[in-house]
Order: sequence, then C-alpha cells, then structure tokens
Amino acid sequence: MTDLSNRKPETGAFFSRDRLWHPPGLTPGYKTSVLRSPQKALLSLDGTVSEITGPVFGHSILGELDNDLIHNFAKPGESAIGERIIVHGRVLDERARPVARALLEFWQANAGGRYRHKKESYLAPLDPNFGGCGRTITDADGHYAFRTVKPGPYPWPNGVNDWRPAHIHFSVFGHGFAQRLITQMYFEGDPMIWKCPIVQTIPDRAAIEQLVAALDWGNTIPMDARAYKFDIVLRGRRSTLFENRMEGN
Amino acid sequence: MVQPLGYLKESASQTAGPYVHIGLTPNFCGITGVYESDLGATMVNDRTLGRRITITGRVLDGTGTPLKDALIEIWQADAAGLYNSPSELRGSADPNFSGWGRAATDGETGEYRFETIKPGRVPFRDGRLMAPHISLWIVARGINLGLNTRLYFGDEAAANAEDPVLARIEHRVRVPTLIAAADGDGYRFDIHLQGEKETVFFDI
Repeated sequence: MTDLSNRKPETGAFFSRDRLWHPPGLTPGYKTSVLRSPQKALLSLDGTVSEITGPVFGHSILGELDNDLIHNFAKPGESAIGERIIVHGRVLDERARPVARALLEFWQANAGGRYRHKKESYLAPLDPNFGGCGRTITDADGHYAFRTVKPGPYPWPNGVNDWRPAHIHFSVFGHGFAQRLITQMYFEGDPMIWKCPIVQTIPDRAAIEQLVAALDWGNTIPMDARAYKFDIVLRGRRSTLFENRMEGN
Repeated sequence: MVQPLGYLKESASQTAGPYVHIGLTPNFCGITGVYESDLGATMVNDRTLGRRITITGRVLDGTGTPLKDALIEIWQADAAGLYNSPSELRGSADPNFSGWGRAATDGETGEYRFETIKPGRVPFRDGRLMAPHISLWIVARGINLGLNTRLYFGDEAAANAEDPVLARIEHRVRVPTLIAAADGDGYRFDIHLQGEKETVFFDI
C-alpha cells in the first residue's frame, strides 16, 4: 500500500515495557506457566535497529472475507451459527497516536465454545461453517473492524472446574518488532472474567478492565449485529528529537 | 499537583494459548481455504541475495520436554545488513527478502524450521557493528508475555567476540545459549525456557 502522507516514518526506540502491568512469567494459578517461565533475570536492551524496525504488511495481502468470520469458512450461501457481532476499535500507541497499517490477526472458539483444532476435546460440536480465524489491517487513523459470532465460554484442564470466559485472541504488529503483542479481548458484563486463572495472571485490575470490550450501542446495526468496541494500545515511541544521533539517522 | 502526561498504558499481554495456530498458521493446522498461505511461511525466493541457510531447533520446558504447541517469529536483516522496514533509514533492503518469518513447532517432534539467509551486520546504537544475528519472539500456551531472544552464529567467533550485546551478559557461561551451532548448510538453535541451560531472554 502507498502511504500518501509525507510524514517521516518514526524511528525512535520504544518506551520501556511496564513489566509490573503485564502478567509475570510465573503464575502458578495458570499451571502450564510453571515449567514454561524463565527463572533468570531478563537482559535489558534499549532498542537497536533490530528492535525498532519491523515488518509492515500491505492491504494487498487481505482477501475480501478475511475480516468476516461469519462467512470466510462458510459454504456459499451459508453462515456461521451464533450471535452476530461486529468488533471494531483503534490501535493506538502509548502516546495516544493512531497506529496505521497495523496487522491484526484474531482467532476464537465458535458460538458453542469449541475450537477447530485437532487437540481440542470439548464435547460441544464444531460448526461446519465456522473456521475461527480472521485478519485485517488498520487504516490511516488506526481503525479496524471485523464481523464474527460471539464465542462461547468453555471448560479447560487447569483446575478441576476452570472455564474460560468468552474471548477473542488478538495478535498485533505495530511498526517495530519490539511492539509485537498477543492479548485477549473479553466482553462487557461477563461474570466469568473474574473467575479465570488466565485473566488473573494480570496483577492490576485496571489492566484487566482495559481488555474488556464495551457494548457499543451507537454502532450496533439494527436487525443485524451488535457492536463491541475494543481499542488496543501498543508501546509508544520516544521522540527522536531528544535522541543522540544514531548511526545512519 | 502536576499536569497529567496523558499517556496510555500498553494493553496487557495474555497467553497465545493452545490454539494459536488457528489464528497465525491456519493452513498448518488444517484450516484451509481462508488464506492462500500462512503468513511468514516463505522468506526467500529465487532472487534473494545472500547465503541460504536453514535454522532448526526446539523449544524446551523446565523438564527438557519439547513444546509441541509453540510459535516462533524471526526478524532479521538482509545479506547487506538492512532491514526490510519503513523504519530502516540507512538504505533500501533487498526487495526479494522479507526479513520476517513465522513457524510453528511440529505437533509430533517439537521441531521448528526456517529457510532464510545469513544476515549481514547491523550497527548497535553507538555505531559499532553487532555480530550477525536474528531476533526471535516465542509464544505458546503457558507463556504469558512473548519471549524475546537473539540467535548468533557459531561460525562468527570474531564478530561474536566484539558484539556489544553479547558483551553485556554478565554470566559468561550463559553466552553459548544464544549461539547456534553450524550443522551442514544450517544451524541448530534450541531454546531452553528454564533450567541450567536457560536461554538468555531480553527485555527489549
């Protein structure tokens, strides 16, 4: 895609990550983390060109139905079963600037809480018209939108009786490899959010609330689909005005 | 009281979970017909400049068991040391090399594999050259925030010895955890999440 603005690309290093805001690696309530979390201190590295650059994806990679999970796996003339919703919002950075051309990829269970995956064993049925993946790229103002069905909650093997609240997984690319992020979106009003061991890996209640999408009545389409608004924030970039001259800059 | 900075907080990370492949490598996990191919599956073409290499390895947990549900992304410079990114201001990278790849670990063996090229050297913040390296990002069920590390090359002893990032590793016994052993036309790089051989991970 051609960027029509004459703004110079930003090349500052990123704000350091607030690791007290993110979940720590070791969270025994989420059992799988116990053997998969590093135990030694991370090595701090302020961004070099290897971290502040990153791949950027053009709109040309997108197919017409990539952001329509109701139809992108369905047989012609059919559609996925479930509550029809639109999820939309903006990708911003910590300086509240829109992140244009951010690639978002999302995946989810079907309306019954079942994933289309060979390792999935929940007894809820597959929907032959639902694959569960989609993607889109933000516009110049950082906006994105996609259409899907609301995923169902499902049980998972952790505690004897643990259930995941309804959620959609998001993978986000900003403009630098250091901004790479995977997170999950939850739904306003779901009482199961506060019972979930994976949600509880996040220490700060405000950080959890930032992952809960609000029902957006204004953008709900009458007789068609309710809307949920979910903004995503990526790490901010330091202004290069204050940087010592870097090689090649 | 002071003026508020007005900054936002980064969205908190959540684990990629056991079904990350549905979203990021759907063809790999049998969801076909949605995307033509999985993003990042191909990094090179016939015209890509540089020495072709393969990188293989596993991601191992604290018991030494390979993860069969991990996903790795790599990001690297081209053969001339330029990144294929709008934020690269030093020149134009090889248009036939994306610099970015994505691979799942195999569901049976836990092996991952990338077909790429050996990267050129790129400068550290102060202008000194870093040794050739590849940045890695690892996510999986049980990993709450994606892990960042680097792969350096075992046949670059001189460059590795002067690399300003490797030089910052206080416990020198851990340096080899970032060095991929040459193995024919390829390199072998196992990632240890825990234990005596725990890979050096970065806070970048």
